[in-house]
Amino acid sequence: MNYLLGAFKPACNISITFTDGKNRKQVPTKKDNGQIVMNPLFQSQETIAGKINIEPYQGKKVEHNGVKVELLGQIEMYFDRGNFYDFTSLVREIDVPGEIYERKTYPFEFSSVEMPYETYNGVNVRLRYVLKVTVTRGYAGSIVEYQDFVVRNYVPLPPINNSIKMEVGIEDCLHIEFEYNKSKYHLKDVILGKIYFLLVRIKIKNMDLEIRRRESTGAGANTHVETETLAKFELMDGAPVRGESIPVRVFLTPYDLTPTHKNINNKFSVKYYLNLVLVDEEDRRYFKQQEITLYRLKEETS
Amino acid sequence: MIADGSEDEEKWLAAGAAAFKQNAFYMQRAIDSNNLKDALKYSAQMLSELRTSKLSPHKYYDLYMRAFDELRKLEIFFMEETRRGCSVIELYELVQHAGNILPRLYLLCTAGSVYIKTKEAPAKEILKDLVEMCRGIQHPLRGLFLRSYLAQISRDKLPDIGSEYEGDADTVIDAVEFVLLNFTEMNKLWVRMQHQGPAREKERREKERGELRDLVGKNLHVLSQLEGVDLDMYRDTVLPRVLEQIVNCRDEIAQYYLIDCIIQVFPDEYHLQTLDVLLGACPQLQASVDIMTVLSRLMERLSNYAALNAEVLPYFLQVEAFSKLNNAIGKVIEAQEDMPILSAVTLYSSLLKFTLHVHPDRLDYADQVLGSCVKQLSGKGKIDDTRATKELVSLLSAPLEKYNDVVTALKLTNYPLVVEYLDTETKRIMATVIVRSIMKNNTLITTAEKVEALFELIKGIINDLDEPQGLEVDEDDFQEEQNSVALLIHMLYNDDPEEMFKIVNVLKKHFLTGGPKRLKFTIPPLVVSTLKLIRRLPVEGDNPFGKEASVTATKIFQFLNQIIEALPNVPSPDLAFRLYLQCAEAADKCDEEPIAYEFFTQAYILYEEEISDSKAQVTALQLIIGTLQRMQVFGVENRDTLTHKATGYAAKLLKKPDQCRAVYACSHLFWLEDRETIQDGERVLLCLKRALKIANSAQQVANTARGSTGSVTLFIEILNKYLYFYEKGVPQITVESVESLIKLIKNEESMPSDPSAESFFATTLEFMEFQKQKEGAIGERYQAIKV
Repeated sequence: MNYLLGAFKPACNISITFTDGKNRKQVPTKKDNGQIVMNPLFQSQETIAGKINIEPYQGKKVEHNGVKVELLGQIEMYFDRGNFYDFTSLVREIDVPGEIYERKTYPFEFSSVEMPYETYNGVNVRLRYVLKVTVTRGYAGSIVEYQDFVVRNYVPLPPINNSIKMEVGIEDCLHIEFEYNKSKYHLKDVILGKIYFLLVRIKIKNMDLEIRRRESTGAGANTHVETETLAKFELMDGAPVRGESIPVRVFLTPYDLTPTHKNINNKFSVKYYLNLVLVDEEDRRYFKQQEITLYRLKEETS
Repeated sequence: MIADGSEDEEKWLAAGAAAFKQNAFYMQRAIDSNNLKDALKYSAQMLSELRTSKLSPHKYYDLYMRAFDELRKLEIFFMEETRRGCSVIELYELVQHAGNILPRLYLLCTAGSVYIKTKEAPAKEILKDLVEMCRGIQHPLRGLFLRSYLAQISRDKLPDIGSEYEGDADTVIDAVEFVLLNFTEMNKLWVRMQHQGPAREKERREKERGELRDLVGKNLHVLSQLEGVDLDMYRDTVLPRVLEQIVNCRDEIAQYYLIDCIIQVFPDEYHLQTLDVLLGACPQLQASVDIMTVLSRLMERLSNYAALNAEVLPYFLQVEAFSKLNNAIGKVIEAQEDMPILSAVTLYSSLLKFTLHVHPDRLDYADQVLGSCVKQLSGKGKIDDTRATKELVSLLSAPLEKYNDVVTALKLTNYPLVVEYLDTETKRIMATVIVRSIMKNNTLITTAEKVEALFELIKGIINDLDEPQGLEVDEDDFQEEQNSVALLIHMLYNDDPEEMFKIVNVLKKHFLTGGPKRLKFTIPPLVVSTLKLIRRLPVEGDNPFGKEASVTATKIFQFLNQIIEALPNVPSPDLAFRLYLQCAEAADKCDEEPIAYEFFTQAYILYEEEISDSKAQVTALQLIIGTLQRMQVFGVENRDTLTHKATGYAAKLLKKPDQCRAVYACSHLFWLEDRETIQDGERVLLCLKRALKIANSAQQVANTARGSTGSVTLFIEILNKYLYFYEKGVPQITVESVESLIKLIKNEESMPSDPSAESFFATTLEFMEFQKQKEGAIGERYQAIKV
């Protein structure tokens, strides 16, 4: 077997290291096979620089028609798997055609790269950033190596952040007024609020606050909408009476959230909703959904 | 169905406890390996068992207690974690990640407790947060237990005065606010229990609520324990807020329990100073609340307080405790229209006891209470509720017990009015109580006026009340009652004859209307009492000041005559007869010949007309003879008449032996040693001879009737009489007559006879021998008799 494997083995080992790789923050990313790997984290306008090592295997030489490194921003639809849409593509030629006999190191640098979108792993869509090193060869096929990296973009505090306040109800049956302190939350934020019962004629069993994610992909007739409930947080146990006000305090930290994405490259959108659900004793559900905007606030510690 | 239910419940509890234990075990393991994440995960799972709705409060408590123990361990672990460098703020956030609210809040409280202990944030902030967050549990049972957990863990962490968690400013008020808020919420939940679930389970629900009430009441207890709750704080904040909640919750069980709680947990002096506030709330309570018990307890507490601390009495006056209570009761009764009479009476009874303790010197207060009571009772007719009656008796007994003196009670003008509302049976019980009280304390009642009042009270046993008696009174009870009345008469006493005479007049008035059955009990003591009065009268002519005494013996005798006259009609002629004789004797002492004669006449008439039983006749006659013999006052003529009559009666007795004995007894009427005027030897001899003759014929009768000679006892008795008069030196009694009599007896003796007669005779002879031995005249006279 060994020699058989050896036959398909690439002639060289390519590794990519980032300049500040040791200090840079790593974030976990889930691969297709479910494995979790740590990838370095960047943000837009950062310079992405590093070194590429090409090390031919013992006693082999690599003939090539040139070596290049690309920085790609790709969107992949799962219903159209393998077909990537590149919204960003930068190329650096790092070697002219020739032969590599021994380990060779090439530095590379993409300075101040514009990376407007964040890395995203959704149900039907994936947005990823990758460094692609290609050792172009003729008949033998090119040798390609990928290095994923994660992009997160931080935004400042929104200047306007109104609270969400609403009165809803079913006539002569249930009237509530709810209030969430903001309409825009950052990912480590806390939702504070209260639910005020104006009229209760049904026997409520409990009340939950759900955080739902709506991912829509495609456009026009091909739009796919996928809704996930990411969190189900019980706010109240038992039946309240008129005049009760129930506090809301939900920490967003434990949940796997992303910022809201609006029409990324005309390919997909990710929206978040707070869904207030009241369940009565016959397990009937009464709910009201409100969109919230999630954003990534610059962390002071990083 | 129900049995199944409880069986199922056991099963659920067992299942819940098992799952609980398992998670507790994992939690402990996580704690042991310092794994905070797992500890939180398993503790949340463990606490999820408390989310059950299937258990009754009792069983739920079981589960809760387990949770409580486990959470202690968790708390210690949290504490250690913070020492190891885990930020308590993070911990406080971390526990709130739990998705289910109930476990989350239990954990939050536990973490909050640690947070306070680390003092990284002011206790008041954390407590406020906790108590607010707990609103998430709206399920009554679970909410109550959660909040009671909160109360429990926060107890030693309240920012009270002197506590290590005391903040900079307004700290006690924070502690109070916290407890009050928790209390209010708990009470709401508790009350809500009543309105959830089907109506048919109402009874069960009420029982369950009863089991839970201490959870709610605990908060009040905590409040009372706070150092910082001083009188001002209590009056300005605590009490108004608590009362507001109590009044607003409109729940009977809660209102009753909590008001009582307030009364029991806070100090007496607070109650005293806030009386109007507390009382003001009472009329606002639900109509069905057993307000009387509550108020009674309050008054009881205050009375005890007053009784134990005499120095606080001025405060009672200062705050006008009495009038406030009185007003409050009035308002409560007004507010609760259909309040049973029992409640009203109980309230007044308590109030009365209160005022007796606190203001023993203010009779007018007590009277006022009685007055209000009368007002309440008026228009309701007699009370037929037995418990209410009992309570009313207790109300009426209170002043007696307190003052130990009926005289004081008599000053209460409303007292008899209240008595009016008792039914006949109870009236008599009440009367007995009063009388007993008098007897026990040896209270002398000294004026006619008081006697009048007293009798108004005890009418129940003095006369048959207007209404026909449905129930025949037990004869023994009746006798006992009347005996006590008889005893009572002797307590009505005044040294001044004039007043005393008034008293007896009052008595007469009441007794004469008392119906025939009572007279034979009441008249004799009255007569005796009156006779005593006569004896105390200054002897006529012995009046150095020449003052015209308004009460004269004559008047009294007339009075006596009137009361005794009532007796024969009763009919109790025996008694009347004896009393006449008594009176006659008293008249004798007073030198009132005509009166004495009149009494005798009355006695004679009675003898003739009413006393028909032969035995009674014998006794009566003996009395007549005895009394007559002692009478000094009669002139010759009167005495002759009476004596003659008596002798006549004697001869007319039915049985020969009785005749014989009566006749020889008559002999005494003619010879009084110390009065020269009455020494008629002839008549004495005549009597004795008559007696002998009768004895003879008695023997003959016996002979013919039974074939055996009768006893010689009669002869021996006559012999004794002979000897008596002989000894006294009655000239007509000669030695011969004595000797011949002895001989006669000896003859008769020879026949077989009864031993008692023999020994009687022997003793008689012995006596004679003995007298013979004596020196002087007696010895000589006896020497003369030859046997």
